[in-house]
Amino acid sequence: MVINSMQDLKERQGRLEELVEDLLTEAKKQGASSAEAGVSSDMGLSVNVRLGEVETIEHTRDQGLGISVWFGQRKGSSSTSDFSGEAVRDAVRAACNIARYTNEDPCTGLADRELMATDTPDLDLYHPWNVEVEEAIDLGIECEDAARSVDPRITNSEGASLNTQSGLQIYGNSHGFVGGYPSSRHSISCAVVGQEDDSMQRDYWYSSARSRDKLESPGLIGKKAGERTLARLGARRIATQEAPVIFQAEMAVGLLRSFIGAVSGSALYRHSSFLLDQLGKQVFPKFVRIHEKPLLPGGLASAAFDGEGVATRDKDFITDGILQSYALDSYSARKLNMQTTANAGGVRNLFIEPGDMDLEALLRTMDRGLLVTEMMGSGLNMVTGDYSRGAAGFWVEHGEIQHPVEEITIAGNLKQMFAGLQAVGRDLDPRTSFRTGSWLVESMTIAGE
Amino acid sequence: MSTPTNIACNTLLAPAELKESDLDRVMDQMLAHSIDSADIYFQSSRLESWVLEDGIIREGAYNIEQGVGIRAMNGEKTGFAYTDEILLPNLLEAGKSARAIARSGGGGTIHIKGAAAPRQYYDPINPLTTLPEEQKIDLLRRLDAEARKQDPRVTQVITSLVAVHDVVLVVDNEGTMTGDVRPLVRCNVHVIVEQGEQREQGSSGGGARQALGFFIDQDRALEYAREAVRLALVNLEAVDAPAGTMPVVLGPGWPGVLLHEAIGHGLEGDFNRKGTSAFSGRLGDRVATKGCTVVDDGTLPGRRGSLSVDDEGTPGQYTVLIEDGILKGYIQDRLNARLMGTVSTGNGRRESYAHLPLPRMTNTYMLPGNREPGEIIASVDRGLYAVNFGGGQVDITSGKFVFSANEAYLIEGGKITHPVKGATLIGNGPDVLTRVSMVGNDLELDAGVGTCGKEGQSVPVGVGQPTLKVDELTVGGTSA
Repeated sequence: MVINSMQDLKERQGRLEELVEDLLTEAKKQGASSAEAGVSSDMGLSVNVRLGEVETIEHTRDQGLGISVWFGQRKGSSSTSDFSGEAVRDAVRAACNIARYTNEDPCTGLADRELMATDTPDLDLYHPWNVEVEEAIDLGIECEDAARSVDPRITNSEGASLNTQSGLQIYGNSHGFVGGYPSSRHSISCAVVGQEDDSMQRDYWYSSARSRDKLESPGLIGKKAGERTLARLGARRIATQEAPVIFQAEMAVGLLRSFIGAVSGSALYRHSSFLLDQLGKQVFPKFVRIHEKPLLPGGLASAAFDGEGVATRDKDFITDGILQSYALDSYSARKLNMQTTANAGGVRNLFIEPGDMDLEALLRTMDRGLLVTEMMGSGLNMVTGDYSRGAAGFWVEHGEIQHPVEEITIAGNLKQMFAGLQAVGRDLDPRTSFRTGSWLVESMTIAGE
Repeated sequence: MSTPTNIACNTLLAPAELKESDLDRVMDQMLAHSIDSADIYFQSSRLESWVLEDGIIREGAYNIEQGVGIRAMNGEKTGFAYTDEILLPNLLEAGKSARAIARSGGGGTIHIKGAAAPRQYYDPINPLTTLPEEQKIDLLRRLDAEARKQDPRVTQVITSLVAVHDVVLVVDNEGTMTGDVRPLVRCNVHVIVEQGEQREQGSSGGGARQALGFFIDQDRALEYAREAVRLALVNLEAVDAPAGTMPVVLGPGWPGVLLHEAIGHGLEGDFNRKGTSAFSGRLGDRVATKGCTVVDDGTLPGRRGSLSVDDEGTPGQYTVLIEDGILKGYIQDRLNARLMGTVSTGNGRRESYAHLPLPRMTNTYMLPGNREPGEIIASVDRGLYAVNFGGGQVDITSGKFVFSANEAYLIEGGKITHPVKGATLIGNGPDVLTRVSMVGNDLELDAGVGTCGKEGQSVPVGVGQPTLKVDELTVGGTSA
């Protein structure tokens, strides 16, 4: 089913809202004292090309519904991809059956009624791209060609792909709240392989945005993929040592995510965070501000209400380096004797205030050390903050890149890395909802030769 | 007796009143275009999960997913579409989208027939109904109590139980129709221990393609609870891990994640067909020391990674990847096997009907050697003994891989001394096994907890190995 007009979209949204109402009504009928339901429906196209030929064409169409019911303080949940009337009854019955066996939990339940969002402004999130398959193939080939023509040492390709997806998400609960919005997301990516002597390297680049005109051009994406791959040729190991490290913006995004993970309610009430009991304390140096803008028009994670219908609002997590707020949903808030921060389902559009240095200036400031452009593995212990990951990047001396580096690890402790943050660049990576420039970290242990 | 194919037909086709002649029609419509091969993949999946936290059964969830994926292939091209609704008009529409990959002008008709029943490596049961709800909950409570009674420093316990009933039916363009009923169960215990200001965590669990009674038999799950606490307490005492390149002794079982990352992924057919793997074109080369034999084995009864048939209808197999140090074989699905002029090794797997099959591992392990584990440790003057791991990752093209230890000890003067903090280990896939100097006689498989991710698709896998000594591996600690 292709949505061709705003008229179609409104009708479709209306039908999904009815489905949410049906779920809530059925829950009440089956005896639940309260309930919440979510419905989503997406469709899209994914095209991959490789070595100038189309490789796969995928037509995607995903839908799902989920329901949670409460009998007093006992909760049960279920979900299904089937939207038929019979499936709705079955899903509610399954959730109610689960609730027969779960225990009374004083902290469970809907978020408080008075916190529900009262209006759902248009956040400019829906720009569908009705790209024809042939055009998608041509754009992919243009992208891959640009990558392959960067240098004769680009000898092979994993291909280029174009993805476009648009759909609707609706949430409702038995406080009478029902809200939803359409959204779209498109991306173009490319990965190529370079060869020099006996060794091969691969790297990639991508662009992702809500509207097609915000995407980088296929030619530019390809060129960056080719140049990044080329820059890695001749990578070698370096000696084991302590050194300062710059995390390039794409890698710094991961550090920001780890920060949010450590101040999220579920980690805190389980005592599974290295930032336990740090509210009001200095976590970063004084120059750092980290804040959330959930209502940003066109933002990659924008929404007027969170996963429980609670109205979202701008807030600072870090001001002057001091932890101002946790990221809580209503459950973790009750566990911690606090109020929800409207972060059910996560943090939406997070920003760290950029400094005034670009990457080159950061390299000059570091003078000698490691620029990390890729990391491997998941080596973070959230309880202690101990951090150890595989890395690749570039060795820097006198503020300039000397040679590519591979097969090393970088290790430290996130709490100390946050406290030892020297500078944040202005080279923002615009492709994710967590937006940061590169980070210069005082010192880490590099393990190599 | 009801075969998996009969059960699959009853579960997937009967409710939609789909007949074999309808499937003929969907396939014939695709074959009107000039395609090399095509398949229709029906799936119905039920998942039930229970979580205990803070001493109460906090959450339970039930998930129903079903649909059909239709794929058409022509040369290196694949067209793919899927639908959540198992209804003939939706199948015909998806088939039309998929066949658009090729020009019209093919032809031929097929007639659906059942395949010879493949051997079954697990029983076609629905594990969700193998224990009454009261007993599922009672099991989680007993694990909570068992963990808490191990040590007063245990402050948080989370236990979980998951059962999946997956029924699939694959119809290919030869008209072969093959079904599989795949039970999968998983149990996990996670604990936090606190000692003054210091906190640590420990996790342990297991799983299998079995009934839920698997966890009660031999007190298996109680052992997970004891193991999670033991691990957390060991880490409470851990000192900084060393940094640098040194000899590493890997314990038996789960450390086999080394083989999965360093070797297995690089031998998957898609990367080798495309020439993007560090192992491309190296069949027949020495990639490991003598005595190292690595296999991928989908035929182990009841194991988490096992498959009676893969997601393309090919029976599960035992495939030798490395034999006595020599690279012998790749891991193949049908598409890549056809393009490389060989046959599928029964490794065509997909996360669901909404995903395309890829060549994926099943249970990957190294066969045992003849060294005593104690003798291997005693041979190291200064190095690391790593026995428990979290996940890993590999860069197929450069061959660099990592895996993260979460239980490790220093070896000093041939003896295990201090526990050290978790650290990531990094190496180069094509040569890491050429540095294996000793292979233990103690092959173990993991407890059934592995999940492998590739191109956004997750599938259950197994790993295993005997104790191994790698003469040089880089250890990513903080103590230089």
